[in-house]
Amino acid sequence: MSTKASRSAARLMLAPAVILLLGWMLVPLTLTLIFSFQRFLPMRGGFQGWVGFENYVRFVTSSAFWPSVQATVVIVGGVLLITVTLGILLAILLDQPMWGQGVVRILVIAPFFVMPTVSGLVWKNMFMDPNNGLLSHLWRFFGADPIIWLSDASMLSIILIVSWQWLPFATLILLTAIQSLDSEQLEAAEMDGAPILSRFWHIILPHLSRAITIVILIQTIFLLAIFAEIFVTTQGSFGTRTLTYLIFQRVLESQNVGLGSAGGIYAVILANIFALFLMRIVGKNLDR
Amino acid sequence: MARTVTTQRKIVTTLVAWGIGLLIFFPILWTILTSFKTEAQAIADPPVWFFFDWTLENYRVVQERSNYSRFLWNSIIIAGGSTLLGMIVAIPAAWSMAFVPSAQTKNILLWMLSTKMLPAVGVLYPIYLIFIQLGLLDTRVGLTIVLMLINLPIMVWMLYTYFKEIPGEILEAARMDGAGLREEILFVLTPMAIPGIASTILLNIILAWNEAFWTLNLTAARAAPLTAFIASYSSPEGLFYAKLSAASTMAIAPILILGWFSQKQLVRGLTFGAVK
Repeated sequence: MSTKASRSAARLMLAPAVILLLGWMLVPLTLTLIFSFQRFLPMRGGFQGWVGFENYVRFVTSSAFWPSVQATVVIVGGVLLITVTLGILLAILLDQPMWGQGVVRILVIAPFFVMPTVSGLVWKNMFMDPNNGLLSHLWRFFGADPIIWLSDASMLSIILIVSWQWLPFATLILLTAIQSLDSEQLEAAEMDGAPILSRFWHIILPHLSRAITIVILIQTIFLLAIFAEIFVTTQGSFGTRTLTYLIFQRVLESQNVGLGSAGGIYAVILANIFALFLMRIVGKNLDR
Repeated sequence: MARTVTTQRKIVTTLVAWGIGLLIFFPILWTILTSFKTEAQAIADPPVWFFFDWTLENYRVVQERSNYSRFLWNSIIIAGGSTLLGMIVAIPAAWSMAFVPSAQTKNILLWMLSTKMLPAVGVLYPIYLIFIQLGLLDTRVGLTIVLMLINLPIMVWMLYTYFKEIPGEILEAARMDGAGLREEILFVLTPMAIPGIASTILLNIILAWNEAFWTLNLTAARAAPLTAFIASYSSPEGLFYAKLSAASTMAIAPILILGWFSQKQLVRGLTFGAVK
């Protein structure tokens, strides 16, 4: 039961947040949309006229476009595969009774709190450096030639670094979901002699399906936008130039704002496809 | 009823879990250890583990050479400021949607969420341009505002899910007793909302501290926080592992500690209440 006065007060309290976010979304997005139809080179003559959809066509026909889509798909897909698979296994493991569960949980979660520039540089130098990195020491210890990670296995390296950062997120969410699983149901299945694998397929996995979907959607949205990890390691070379990084280079490095803005609009559309799915799930949850 | 487990199985689980936990934590542990070594020890092959001459030299050098405390201060101001500003806006918004819901509440919440999904790179140049025009480029004020805006949807959502759990009957009882809106908020709601508010603050400090798109692109020398300071080590000269480690340890230590307190809140905050 709310009175008329409290309703208008409520609207007043909501207004600042709505106005701020509306401005934050509409103003820059409108500008990006406007720039995307212009030939606009701030360092080389500035605004040079309207060009219609030329930037959109040029962005997707440039030689850098498809490799960047490929890099994006491989990185996002690879990280999702690793984090979700290992996340499920880790969550099941951490749900078992053990000594020092709290400490193990803290150890597993820690990478999520490391800032992206630190994890990028620590992995690049202290682990993946071909001369002094710990992995190269390890390779030499076993008599193998060290891998030059960030150039010869650049994609794998980036996937490893980013997976290390996101595994805690997947694990934590899946663990939370597993803990809500009715343990009596599992017990009954165990009593009935259902083998571990079938218990996993028929009880645990279906129970986790919603949480897995959420992990995939949220991670996809964040992973499409990864930037710092590439910025401090390969700078987009050796095939690691993702769509986000390509747009960044077009806009700030080569200062071709029109072209970059067209790319930006593509990125917005792409992110929105995943966001729509996510919002549908979250929205359903609100109704409950 | 808890499942009965054999001691043997528990021992195996414990060993495996600890092994994996330490493996995942290892890069952080190694960074912390290396920060106390000399540069020569830092690259030694075979590696030195615990038995070396522990030194604080790197911490001193990092502070002297790059004026670490200034970057730290920038991080504190930007992360703290954006969280504080955001809370001032987010608390009333979340309060109103949780306790005076209207037909649009759900749509507004989802729309707020959608602004969080906007890829930063898509609006990079406009923001850059606006910052130049307003003289906000490389200022703490500018960065504080941007980080406040990108985290505002998460703050509103998190607070909303917490406020939703406060039973509405309590508010109605207070209203019956003649409490006005102000008393209602101050004496009834606030005490019950404090845990949720604290959690939201914690998570947002962490997110703002680690944000590394806008902080790298909108700062140069003056307003650069720790993320940008660490990035300056990407083109180093000479031996630098121990110093990189010292700088990294200092940059992540505060947030690692805060993070450990916020495990549960992390799930709620980052899944927008979809997983609790």
